[in-house]
Amino acid sequence: MPPVVLQMACIAGLLGLAVLAIILSRSKAATAVVYGATLALSAIALTGAIRWLLGDTTKPGDLVLPIGLPWLGAHFRLDALAGFFLVVVNLGGAAASLYGLGYGRHDHAPYRVLPFFPAFLAGMNLVVLADDAFSYLLCWEFMSLASWALVMAHHREAGNARAGYVYLVMASFGTLALLLAFGLLAGPAGDYGFAAIRATQHTPYTATLVLILMLLGAGSKAGLVPLHVWLPLAHPAAPSHVSALMSGVMTKVAIYGFIRVIFDLLGQPGWPASAVVLFLGGITAAMGILYAMMERDLKRLLAYSTIENVGIIFTSLGLAMAFQANGQKLAAALAFTAALFHVLNHSFFKSLLFFGAGAVLTATGERDMDRLGGLIHRMPLTSFVVLVGCVAISALPPFNGFVSEWLIFQAVLQSPELPQWALKIMVPAIGALLALAAALAAACFVKAYGVAFLGRPRSVAAETAGEVDRFSLAAMFILAALCLLAGILPGLVIDALSPVAMQILGSRMPIQVNEPWLSIVPIAESRSSYNGLLVMVFITISASLAVYFIHRFASHALRRGPAWGCGFSDPTPAAQYSGGSFAQPIRRVFGTLAFHARDHVEMPAPGDIRPARLRIELHDLIWEGMYEPIAAAVGLSSEKLNRLQFLTIRRYLSLVFATLVTLLLVLAIWS
Amino acid sequence: MLLVLLLAPLLTGFVRKVKARLLRRQGASIFQPYRDLLRLLRKEVVLAENASWLFRVTPYVTFAAIWVAAALVPTFATGLLFNWTADLIAIVALLGSARFFLALAGMDVGTSFGGIGSSREVMIAALAEPAMLLIVFCMALVAGSTQLSTVANFMASSYVGLRVSLGMAVIALIMVALAENARIPVDNPATHLELTMVHEAMVLEYSGRHLAMIEFGAFLKLLLYVSLIACVFLPWKIAVFGTGALSYAVGAAAYIVKLAAAGFFLALFETATAKMRVFRVPQFLGAALMLGLLGTLLLFVSRSF
Repeated sequence: MPPVVLQMACIAGLLGLAVLAIILSRSKAATAVVYGATLALSAIALTGAIRWLLGDTTKPGDLVLPIGLPWLGAHFRLDALAGFFLVVVNLGGAAASLYGLGYGRHDHAPYRVLPFFPAFLAGMNLVVLADDAFSYLLCWEFMSLASWALVMAHHREAGNARAGYVYLVMASFGTLALLLAFGLLAGPAGDYGFAAIRATQHTPYTATLVLILMLLGAGSKAGLVPLHVWLPLAHPAAPSHVSALMSGVMTKVAIYGFIRVIFDLLGQPGWPASAVVLFLGGITAAMGILYAMMERDLKRLLAYSTIENVGIIFTSLGLAMAFQANGQKLAAALAFTAALFHVLNHSFFKSLLFFGAGAVLTATGERDMDRLGGLIHRMPLTSFVVLVGCVAISALPPFNGFVSEWLIFQAVLQSPELPQWALKIMVPAIGALLALAAALAAACFVKAYGVAFLGRPRSVAAETAGEVDRFSLAAMFILAALCLLAGILPGLVIDALSPVAMQILGSRMPIQVNEPWLSIVPIAESRSSYNGLLVMVFITISASLAVYFIHRFASHALRRGPAWGCGFSDPTPAAQYSGGSFAQPIRRVFGTLAFHARDHVEMPAPGDIRPARLRIELHDLIWEGMYEPIAAAVGLSSEKLNRLQFLTIRRYLSLVFATLVTLLLVLAIWS
Repeated sequence: MLLVLLLAPLLTGFVRKVKARLLRRQGASIFQPYRDLLRLLRKEVVLAENASWLFRVTPYVTFAAIWVAAALVPTFATGLLFNWTADLIAIVALLGSARFFLALAGMDVGTSFGGIGSSREVMIAALAEPAMLLIVFCMALVAGSTQLSTVANFMASSYVGLRVSLGMAVIALIMVALAENARIPVDNPATHLELTMVHEAMVLEYSGRHLAMIEFGAFLKLLLYVSLIACVFLPWKIAVFGTGALSYAVGAAAYIVKLAAAGFFLALFETATAKMRVFRVPQFLGAALMLGLLGTLLLFVSRSF
């Protein structure tokens, strides 16, 4: 079977499964059947996509179905870029299905999730495969709606209805931007096929407009600041395995859309475009992680951290655009590969962390980290894999997050060769922002892990928590192992990504497999090299040596006693450092500027036995400065226009007449 | 690798001795840190009741990460055996790993002192790490490589000269080194007043052999930073790979002299300055960050700065 047909067959299977799930959904076995089937289908699609990516990708597979626009049909195409993103989508899908086998059993209303889960997976697969504007938009909207239904699965919980509403508004806005972008790309002749769009020469004016519209459309789905507002509301509202898919995979589908249109269809945008992308990416990375640092809800923290990672990916894409615009092919391939590598990495560890948050939610019913604590004793296995995820996302060696960030920094170091002054001055500043984001990410995940999993339990639920089921654990362990593997064998991943860079940029990074000891060498060994495997081996050897000598020669005595705490033992677990107090130093350093953060202490007068209160004031400046005025303006204008609903028939007729005359006048003047 | 292990406590002992003499105290012998380590190793470990496995593993993990990082920094000769394993960015990240685990261990027992130490440590790191990366960018742009051996070789060659950007980088690097090693004015390694502690508060619950590993890691980190500054900014007499035994001997002697000089100046500086308030530290490190950024920016504008 040709690979593209195999993929389409899997998608058809998923869609069929969605229908089947509606019929089955009230039965007991539905959860096992649906997740089992999605697991099998995703695994088949994943194997197909990997085989395609590792094989000969120079001849893309095409498929035309006689549906959609009558004169066009629905075009689907599997090329290297689509193949890579299919790997990301189906890997995430398979892991989420495996996790869902266990997690879904605790769902009190599975019939609200089961039909939409396969539909959502199918939608994401279809977007990646679509090869004409019409089917692309249709599939994109299908994906959005399916995910919206999943966000609204637990619609009675506080805040979820609002999350769904904001998501719906932002998704419609994003699709509108995409619609206009494709309209511009297709031109007056209306060639909606991607092949025709690719062949057309686009004017700079169109290119600029398309870039802005894509940043609005794909950027709002991916979570670029300031279009990110829906993301921290909607992602946590969905069931955890769906949150993992939305954060780990759906944002990547949006990035796919951006790459497809800007790099592939539009051809070569000039360097100013790259400056815009770089700027937005840098701001997104820094703001995303600062928001995450202030957050105390575990899943919202993860959602904000997704925004940070999307920023990192966009920064790297911006670098690739800048190099490509100046004909620096090797550097462009380096930056582009780094971006794709980070896409893959983020889908690994973000899914893992959302699964971990879901496990905590199942075990304790809590998402608020200030009511957790001490879970490392109650859920040892979950704690271990979540720790792996935290280390990986904090970009620490020898895990995978470090490798992609290292590649991005290497790309930054290539940029003094850029001829444009604006870029020369901007890139170091963006590099500094990325470094800041990486350091803050480590701080943020020390906070998340330290408060939720370490310390003493802060609530009864946390005290009586138990380990989660085997399916959930299996999904998390597989992802943790992938994080480590991609970290110690990065050369293999880079080589697997090279056909994608070859297709999009016409250049690739040097072959890495032949390097001695499986090092990675982006440019030349004298410039830079990194060997995750050896770093891992060295750390293991040194740690084992240290353990061996200590246990051979030092005292073995060990006594358990009450915590020392400088002789002052805290009376209650509530006196421990909480999420808010842990973030306090960073809030004071960065928050006063970014959030107008202020701490108010209400100290009762002497003699008064009220407890003192500390109130933290935080402002989401983007929401208050941008969205609230828009909402107010919409409210005001609808109020004013409301009068139009209560006119007499004569007035309506004159209104229609006036409109008609105006339109005709416009037409007359225009032509 | 073994050399750094042997020398690290000596450097700390030397700094302590010079500090004591500057205060007109007799001071402990410069070999005291070795005795301290041995004494700690012989003592039993008192573990808090709710300490987890993470708490017991962390001393070894941090020690190993710092040791690997220290072994990757050239001391008296360039061209280490596995220098291509990890470059400067990876060395910074290895130190970051060590700190990540230590900060987690501070949160593990669930006392407020551990929390205060960890939260302040990550705040300092959140500024020191980007500053350090910008310094790395600076050096990498001058030398055209992020490999430390290549950088050191390049600096040891005669045609580097005085550069504005490197001047900024060295000042920033010294500031970062002070912060990273928990020295005055950022933190006080000798303090026993709880509210002023950062690093010490974080490791408050450790005892016995675990504490020995953490202390040893701290000694190693100090040596690492001094070696880093020495090999990049004071590269005189460093033996270039494969130049015979004599140059190695000269290199080793020069290295000892450099260490002693750095230790002396550190002690002098610590005696002469007061510790800052915790929330002054961000300004101090912000200055380091800005210097690093300015240096990098200058190099982006023109390679000749």
